[in-house]
Amino acid sequence: MFNLVPWIVFLPVIGLLLNAAIGRRVGERGAALIAIAASTGAFVVSVLQFLALNAHPEGEVVSLGDWINIGVLQVPWAFRVDTLSVTMMLVVSSVGTLIHIYAAGYMHYDVRYKEDTASYARFFVYLNLFIAAMMILVSGDSYLMLFVGWEGVGLCSFLLIGFWYSRNPDGKFGTLNAQAAKKAFIANRVGDFGFLLAMMMIFWAFGSLNFDAVLPQAESVAPWIILFITLAMLLGVTGKSAQLPLYVWLPDAMAGPTPVSALIHAATMVTAGVYLVARSAPLFVAVPAAQTTVAVVGGLTALFAATIAVGQSDIKKVLAYSTVSQLGFMVAAVGMGAFVAGMFHLVTHAFFKALLFLGSGSVILALERAHHPIDGNGAHHAKPEAHAAHFDPQDMRGMGGLRQQIPLTFWVYLVGALALAGLPPLAGFFSKDEILTDALLANPFVYVLLTAAAFLTAFYMGRQVLLVFFGEARSNPAKKAVESPRVVTLPLVALAVLSIFGGLINLPGLHWFTDWLEHTLGHDLAHVTEFSLIVALLSTLLALGAIYLAWTLYGRQPLKADQTDPLKARLGALFVGMENKWWVDELYAWLIIQPYQRLAAFLANVVDWKFWHDWVHDSLIVNSFQWLARFLANPVDLGVIDGIANGLAATTTGLARGLSFFQTGFVRNYALVTFLGVVLMLGYLVFSS
Amino acid sequence: MVPVSYYFALSAILFTLGALGVLIRRNAIIIFMSVELMLNAANLLFVAFARSYEALNGQIYVFFVIAVAAAEVAVGLALIVAIFRSKQSIDIDEISSLKG
Repeated sequence: MFNLVPWIVFLPVIGLLLNAAIGRRVGERGAALIAIAASTGAFVVSVLQFLALNAHPEGEVVSLGDWINIGVLQVPWAFRVDTLSVTMMLVVSSVGTLIHIYAAGYMHYDVRYKEDTASYARFFVYLNLFIAAMMILVSGDSYLMLFVGWEGVGLCSFLLIGFWYSRNPDGKFGTLNAQAAKKAFIANRVGDFGFLLAMMMIFWAFGSLNFDAVLPQAESVAPWIILFITLAMLLGVTGKSAQLPLYVWLPDAMAGPTPVSALIHAATMVTAGVYLVARSAPLFVAVPAAQTTVAVVGGLTALFAATIAVGQSDIKKVLAYSTVSQLGFMVAAVGMGAFVAGMFHLVTHAFFKALLFLGSGSVILALERAHHPIDGNGAHHAKPEAHAAHFDPQDMRGMGGLRQQIPLTFWVYLVGALALAGLPPLAGFFSKDEILTDALLANPFVYVLLTAAAFLTAFYMGRQVLLVFFGEARSNPAKKAVESPRVVTLPLVALAVLSIFGGLINLPGLHWFTDWLEHTLGHDLAHVTEFSLIVALLSTLLALGAIYLAWTLYGRQPLKADQTDPLKARLGALFVGMENKWWVDELYAWLIIQPYQRLAAFLANVVDWKFWHDWVHDSLIVNSFQWLARFLANPVDLGVIDGIANGLAATTTGLARGLSFFQTGFVRNYALVTFLGVVLMLGYLVFSS
Repeated sequence: MVPVSYYFALSAILFTLGALGVLIRRNAIIIFMSVELMLNAANLLFVAFARSYEALNGQIYVFFVIAVAAAEVAVGLALIVAIFRSKQSIDIDEISSLKG
């Protein structure tokens, strides 16, 4: 069974190759079926691994061959099957498959609204590529293999954020989507720099990158090295998992199609950082300072992002900041050593956040379809230019009252929202509560941060549900919204079921998930957290209070069209800050981007152009070359070389002219010379002896 | 018996006459005869020493010299005839077309 594990990567790769080759010819249905089959295949293989692990919980490393073999650096191409990696495989492939199915319906409309039906197959190529890369990430047996997947998902994230690269998020032509993709890529690159540093340090300290060689040795390496490794790794985590200070790319990543936001930027890829910390648990446990840093970063992110989520009016932006906030919960959990709680929240969050994103996609689709319907052949009835007023289908201020028009989406969305708010007995309650309990024991400061974040979470979700589904329609499309087709709603229902029952996997008292991860993390790291009634009661009451607060603001007197947010009147400047994301983007622009651009302009204009081009090239090199050429041409070539040749000729002719004097032509002269020569020779012979 | 020094002196006089004839005279035939004179001066000396030392080597050399002289005369006279035919003269100073 274990040796089937490479197929979790191969199947999506086969799927993407098929779609890349024939995706356009087999039509939308064919392309979607290929991709869904590949993803489902990966899911089936993951389930088989799960079943095999139940029999042999110690797992296995399946090696396919050597990848790098240079001296001490030995990196095999190996798949690690243990309870931790299989947990991730199951989440990725199950949520991934549901989102593939959803995307088959969603993209059908999206490609028509973007008037680019040829991109349908391209979308599924990227989606399968993402599944393959994510599987490499979670199944890698060494930090380097993990990094391959880490970069692979980063690439897919870039490709999918910029999927409509020639457009702006509002659908008009522009470069904003491409800029969002670039921003995500660059922010992740900063994080990857930290991960690379950590990897190099690991190799330097441990002599290997394989988990089996590194993790058990954590105690035997100097603490400052481990501290460096873990903090550098934390930088990587803040990039990939969108933590302070590198979270800024994730809200912009909402430029990608909604299934992408659900799959990559909510459920799976962004949790890679949490997985990395959980995987490297022995390293983090070895240095408490690093643990505290990670926990505080997570806690601050959770609260900070939650405040921003309160002030957003874009349905997807609320969810994006909510994702950042929830990732903060997970990072704080794994930072505190509550690895099981962190992974538990990762799993449940994958379910309900994917549900919420897909639900928001369904809402957007419902409004978009009401705004400009598409006929059976897929052609636009009316071109977007025909609409006088531009309509933003993502703006919650233009929604309202959708409960009646799209009831199924409403109910599943409500489930997701309540799960995220952490109300019992939904999945989010158990996982969030476990984190809070651990936080209270480990780090009271982080507990306060997380509790406040949990309160805000319940508030902004209440606000969102009330703004979107209750009250009266605040725009024409909202009045005529149409429920999405079944291919879109069925995955929503499945995810809603998972969001309701997902908490059962680590039910207090049974803690099956803790036992499951204990096989990988070991007994010390996978401790059972006792259920704390006070924490649970407090967080539930806070959540209920927040929802009630949201209802008093948005439910009692529903928002009217063109009315300002009632929260703005209550909070004033505070709300302006939340609305404007605390000007973090502007701060980064002022702090980093502008100086960087100034530096770039200085380097380009002064150093490169004036100094390097004008002075070094044009003056120094050209002039000295010309001088050298002139020198070589005049004195050297004309003087020396030609002088030698001409001198040789002149000498020869001069010599010949001189010698020809003796050639009189008179035989008697020659005879006389011969005679004299003989006399001289004889004289020499006679007198010398 | 006549002493060798007499022969030596006679041979030297003959050789000097021959050499002067070659250097001074312009007539090709005369130069030729002067060359013969020098050769025969050498022959005389060979024979005289051969007789004096009672060795046959010198005499055998003389035969060689006579044979060479005969060949030389044959070639030389042919050349002179050829020159006369082209120049209508055997004045050696007129044959200076190789002057540099």
